[in-house]
Amino acid sequence: MANRWTNTLTERDVTPEAAFLNRRQLMAGAAGLGLVGMAGTARAAQETLEPNVWEDITQYNNYYEFGTGKEDPAEYAGALTTKPWTVKIDGMVDKPADYALEDILKAMTIEERIYRFRCVEAWSMVVPWNGFELADLLNMAGVQSGAKYVAFETVLRPDEMPGVRYPVLDWPYVEGLRLDEAMHPLTIMATGIYGKDIPNQNGAPMRLVVPWKYGFKSIKSIVRITLTDKEPPTSWNKANAREYGFYSNVNPEVSHPRWSQATERPLGGGLFARRVPTLMFNGYEDEVASLYAGMDLKANY
Amino acid sequence: MTAFVNRINSAARNVPTWVVYIVLLLPALFLVYQAFFGGLGRDPVKALEHELGQWALKLIIAGLAITPLRRFAGVNLIRFRRAVGLMAFAYVCLHFAVWLFLDVQIWSQIWADIVKRPYVTIGFAAFVLLIPLAVTSNNWSIRTMGPAWRKLHKLVYVAAVLGGVHYIWLVKGIQIEPLVYMAIIVGLLALRLRWPKRATA
Repeated sequence: MANRWTNTLTERDVTPEAAFLNRRQLMAGAAGLGLVGMAGTARAAQETLEPNVWEDITQYNNYYEFGTGKEDPAEYAGALTTKPWTVKIDGMVDKPADYALEDILKAMTIEERIYRFRCVEAWSMVVPWNGFELADLLNMAGVQSGAKYVAFETVLRPDEMPGVRYPVLDWPYVEGLRLDEAMHPLTIMATGIYGKDIPNQNGAPMRLVVPWKYGFKSIKSIVRITLTDKEPPTSWNKANAREYGFYSNVNPEVSHPRWSQATERPLGGGLFARRVPTLMFNGYEDEVASLYAGMDLKANY
Repeated sequence: MTAFVNRINSAARNVPTWVVYIVLLLPALFLVYQAFFGGLGRDPVKALEHELGQWALKLIIAGLAITPLRRFAGVNLIRFRRAVGLMAFAYVCLHFAVWLFLDVQIWSQIWADIVKRPYVTIGFAAFVLLIPLAVTSNNWSIRTMGPAWRKLHKLVYVAAVLGGVHYIWLVKGIQIEPLVYMAIIVGLLALRLRWPKRATA
């Protein structure tokens, strides 16, 4: 059941990249003439929020399996073989199996979702993803009644991933969501960006996108999805539990122990771009706040 | 070996110290050029900030290497030490300025970061420690301060370690590069420990 969530980020549906770039230049020119307000006020009106350019999205990535530098994934991820690709769906499901990605895609409806993307490092982008709702995939496998959590695992191929030689994290990368978070209509599996196949450095061929959580929750290049009744381990939490919680919801009021999360630097604005306030649940408060009703968000960071 | 060392030493004697200032300024000029013309990737602010910080550490390491180089290899570059030290301080200032004006920008958040974020506190402490060193890097101070000058300038050992910790602490997870910097700093400081007496040639 696709199209449960209506995009509010743009006033028109799909802006072709070329047209979008032209428009951006026009906007930039207008800004130079003082016709457009500061970025901060523009951001308040969601309708004017626009995706970052392809280069921002695909040349500035955290994908430590290919190195810890922001440009490393773009440089080295080309070596990753993404065809054929199978996803093991197991645990508390009716139809556990190794699913071929092409079979999954045949059953899914791909739609565009323009989401804010907020990294825990306090930078942000806007990304026009193409993908399908995770709920549709989970329903395809048939979630059993006792399942409470969903665990995800990234592919681990030392021959194709130069970064895994270093013990920056305990490989393979793993992540997890509560079942209601996973079934939320905002939660998608992305397979494309700007209508093109998702590049390897962005998590090809299929990655999670949970727009109200810090970026590291949106695990890339998924090979395994496990339904479970226990909170699954997550990579950054294992590496540093004090700094990275299981929930990791974007929250301007809860600081990272080493830096403030109150503001963020939107990428793409060049050398003199202004910081902007970070929004509660990354701007998706209306949609997701009810998931955490009554929960202490400071304790469950 | 000694012929080679002598060649370096005599070549070094012919280089005016102002050349060192100019050469060490070039990376900063190149970085600023790159920052304006798109050579620093998709996030020029962070890239500029990190590159300037790394250059500061590199120059602090270079400064710390000068004494052991003379002592253990006979290479005498002492007359360039002030230039290297002052340029290291210049890079620390540039790094700090980029952080202030281009990265954090918000004054209330700047002070909150300095007080509350340990890696910022440590980096800021290193910067503050280097100020009296930069101010007294001149002949007049050396003359008037006497033995106190040498004592004061030992603060660079503390600043170097703080700078190394600052780098290790700011990255996410355990990364190799900051550990390499730290290892070199610790190694250069270890060379200064007084070893038990041994025969000298």
